[in-house]
Amino acid sequence: MLASKDNNTQAEEVYEPNTARPADSVYKVDQLNLWYGQDQALKNIELEIPEQQVTAIIGPSGCGKSTFIKTLNRLTEMIPSVKTTGGIYYRNQDIFDKKYKVELLRTKVGMVFQNPNPFPKSIYENIVYGPKIHGIKDKKVLDEIVESSLKGAALWDEVKDDLKKNAFGLSGGQQQRLCIARCLAVEPDVLLMDEPTSALDPISTLKIEELVQDLKKNYSIIIVTHNMQQAGRISDNTAFFLNGEVVEYDRTDKIFSSPDDKRTEDYISGRFG
Amino acid sequence: MKAARQETTITTEERLQEPANLSVREWKNKIFKGIFTAAAGFSLLMLIVLILRIFTQGIGYLDWNLITSFASRNPSDAGILAAFVGTIWLMAVTAPISFILGVGTAIYLEEYANKNRFTSLIQTNISNLAGVPSVVFGLLGLTLFVRELAMGRSIIAGALTMSLLILPIIVVASQEAIRSVPTNLKEASYAMGATNWQTIYRVVLPAALPGILTGNILALSRAIGETAPLIMIGALTYIAFLPENLLSQFTVMPIQIFNWTSRPQEEFHLVAAAGIIVLLAMLLLMNSIAVWIRNKFQRRF
Repeated sequence: MLASKDNNTQAEEVYEPNTARPADSVYKVDQLNLWYGQDQALKNIELEIPEQQVTAIIGPSGCGKSTFIKTLNRLTEMIPSVKTTGGIYYRNQDIFDKKYKVELLRTKVGMVFQNPNPFPKSIYENIVYGPKIHGIKDKKVLDEIVESSLKGAALWDEVKDDLKKNAFGLSGGQQQRLCIARCLAVEPDVLLMDEPTSALDPISTLKIEELVQDLKKNYSIIIVTHNMQQAGRISDNTAFFLNGEVVEYDRTDKIFSSPDDKRTEDYISGRFG
Repeated sequence: MKAARQETTITTEERLQEPANLSVREWKNKIFKGIFTAAAGFSLLMLIVLILRIFTQGIGYLDWNLITSFASRNPSDAGILAAFVGTIWLMAVTAPISFILGVGTAIYLEEYANKNRFTSLIQTNISNLAGVPSVVFGLLGLTLFVRELAMGRSIIAGALTMSLLILPIIVVASQEAIRSVPTNLKEASYAMGATNWQTIYRVVLPAALPGILTGNILALSRAIGETAPLIMIGALTYIAFLPENLLSQFTVMPIQIFNWTSRPQEEFHLVAAAGIIVLLAMLLLMNSIAVWIRNKFQRRF
């Protein structure tokens, strides 16, 4: 716990944003603990996540990285046995506050899942799902959203003539970009990505990675990955999770070149995990 | 021996040698295949025998007259009209009641309720209710609807009793259908800020609808053949009028058929057989609709 706290403050001091203005944080995580029944999955997590950057979360299987990213939009609440303590502040609002609406949080914070999960509907219907649940009915507006979202997810040129076709006809990589487009259609502030490329082939993976680089101009992105090269390629900051704790959190180049913690070094160099 | 074998190379003959017990395994496989085929064949044979018997008996009385006439003391004039219309009335009232109650309960249990002692109590009760004899439901209907709520021996009392009877089947079938909707689709919806109801309405129900409808229609198919609970609540056995509204008295096809088969005259047994053909045709139609719906809306995930 102390180690992670130290690293955290250190990260703030050393940190020099690569954008012109100083980075505000979108998320502040304070002493977060999470249990599945009796098993503690997250222990005293303390993190600050800067805006308009890519923050990667790495760590071996079962270290709590997927659980952590799902607490950021309170999706862990779908599992009845989950208990949490501590606080998560999204833009200085306590997301666990009784008065804070979870639907609002999830509108501002989009999520892309490990396996592409388009709805069994047409490509068009998939994209307009979000806007429709938020009350947009104007066909013209919806058409524009579909085009801009698909362009934003670098899928427009591939599917613009097939918008009425079922989304299941797309390849795995296209389906995942469709899921990203579906998120963008809600105009979120943050994008959570839970191992978005682990079910994809290398070429599709490359496309998603390029897309992430593109998206960070407008969105703050938090990406869970078990692919360390990927974290190195695309992220600005990296948090290394182990057994439910944050071992080290720093700028990605620092983590990959001279990590402070021996365990981080061992993991990065492939000695375990 | 082992060491020696490791040193020598394996000959082609050894590679091709079949395992010692292969013939025994094949033989066992054949025996079990035979048993299962016989089991399937037996029930099919019984069904064919039943249908053949009913058709040879009833075909002579099966004409338009049968459906357009009321019951009569004279076998050649006897028709099933009142019972036929009564069955349709009963089904038309039972279907929406049991659909709304059953699917509503299933949605509550699967999508809203916390898993606690209260919901597990409901769940256990529903499973147990499915095993309660239909006569008991008839008694319940008689005390509650016919007497306590003073509905009399009416269609609405019969339909409510019938709904109670098939409710457990509908709840369990709908729960299965709702549960089989992949979690990742629900997660996708919730992650975009959808409320519980929006997710249920736009994701869960469309995906679960084929299963829900199939369960509902099969439950109705059971209700259409039920006699005992309706006799308990006092459905009539002989009427020469058609039900006019929800409070009308009524009879249904199984009761009419039972009435005919219990008469001494041989001819009435033949009329009963003809009535059974009509009932079977109706059942077959409903089951076909169930299959059609399942195939039409079937979605892969």
